[in-house]
Amino acid sequence: MKYADEFRDPVAARGVLAAIARVTDEIGATKDKPVHIMEICGGHTHAIFRYGLDKLTPPGLEFIHGPGCPVCVLPMSRIDECVEIAERPGVIMTTFGDAMRVPGRRKSLIQAKADGADVRMVYSPLDALELARRHPDREVVFFGLGFETTTPSTALTILQAAADNQTNFSIFCNHITVPPPIKALLDDPHMVLDGFVGPGHVSMVIGIHPYDFIARDYGKPIVVAGFEPLDLLQSVLMVLEQIRDGRAEVQNQYARVVPDDGNPVSIAACAEVYEPRPSFEWRGLGEIDASGLRIRPKYAAFDAEVKFGIGYGKGPRAVAEPEGCRCGDVMTGRIKPHACPQFGKGCTPEMPLGALMVSSEGACAAYYQYGGLRLEEAV
Amino acid sequence: MCLGIPGQIVEIADATRKLAIVEVMGVRRQVNVACILKDEPIESLIGAWSLIHVGFAMSRINEEEAALTLDILRQLGEAQEEIEAMRASERMLAS
Repeated sequence: MKYADEFRDPVAARGVLAAIARVTDEIGATKDKPVHIMEICGGHTHAIFRYGLDKLTPPGLEFIHGPGCPVCVLPMSRIDECVEIAERPGVIMTTFGDAMRVPGRRKSLIQAKADGADVRMVYSPLDALELARRHPDREVVFFGLGFETTTPSTALTILQAAADNQTNFSIFCNHITVPPPIKALLDDPHMVLDGFVGPGHVSMVIGIHPYDFIARDYGKPIVVAGFEPLDLLQSVLMVLEQIRDGRAEVQNQYARVVPDDGNPVSIAACAEVYEPRPSFEWRGLGEIDASGLRIRPKYAAFDAEVKFGIGYGKGPRAVAEPEGCRCGDVMTGRIKPHACPQFGKGCTPEMPLGALMVSSEGACAAYYQYGGLRLEEAV
Repeated sequence: MCLGIPGQIVEIADATRKLAIVEVMGVRRQVNVACILKDEPIESLIGAWSLIHVGFAMSRINEEEAALTLDILRQLGEAQEEIEAMRASERMLAS
């Protein structure tokens, strides 16, 4: 177990931890009847496990790990479609490292590469565009995915490609947005969430107002948080205080990085390039209205779905999860990762069966890395 | 991928395309700075710190915040991953 002494400011951390314990008590939450706080962002999930925050906070406070890891919520059908494009003659498929390992129904991109497809890992979509410049005889496709933090980077790359008239470059767009799945979770009659810790870097782009509906329409508090352990603890305390006082507000704990109105250049670039899809499939959560983005017809020349005739509306979509995989139940908070029969057995970070084991931001990978064995013994 | 990494802008590479060179933990690479530019000339960014997300400067931060964030990213293992991804991408383009 990690101790508060490891934090940069242990005295402040102890003070906040004491306040969290006190307010949890004032709310009347107990181990049997806990208060449930969801951290939306996968980066926060990773930090909570890395610093053992779930062990330092009282038993009456339970963290529910949200859907905020983009590779984890990517449906298998999209990987299948991406593999299909990658296997076309003349194509160079590019993407981020994490995305290459997500299992598809037939294979992952890394397996497709082993089987002879030209799949390359890039750090940035700008590098994919550069690759297109260097290989004018090939079609370079960038498998774009991620929440609002990475969405502007793909939009700005498309705008650059359009300005350069780079005709052998396209994006297979899988960008998704944070607010719609939160609404879907709040609309789920089985969900027992009392408040949210909001994502830091997503909010840096979109600002804090897209969360207004959480407080206004659902009466739940949300606090946008930074990534230091103390940031997270302070944010949790702010959520708990709102619950205790019967308030529901959108608060910004990470104002040193997150402007309330977000980043105007990013917002404008995204509005120019993308439009919402009617709905998009999320692994474990199903189809969610207006939760995914597609490239506007104006930029169809850079849309791999148009170029290759693949994707939404082009074929049957339902793809079953792998046998025994319970990513969906973990994602909705119905079970903890170690309760999945495949956890640590048929599914490990080295050989992931389900998407939650692929990225360090996935709940299963975090459990596995920071205490899965101990937890498994305790079950 | 989702967590940005702090970098310091050290040089302007292409003012028209709004490209600059940043230094991240001793590694230099080109990034797009459109999102952190307001009305000032691009040269005024030299020396500034920013959170870098997949090749794009997304938010200006001060030096202290940069140091704190880097520390956290190192502890999470994310900093090393980002640097390795930058290097691998550069090798791939050079090959």
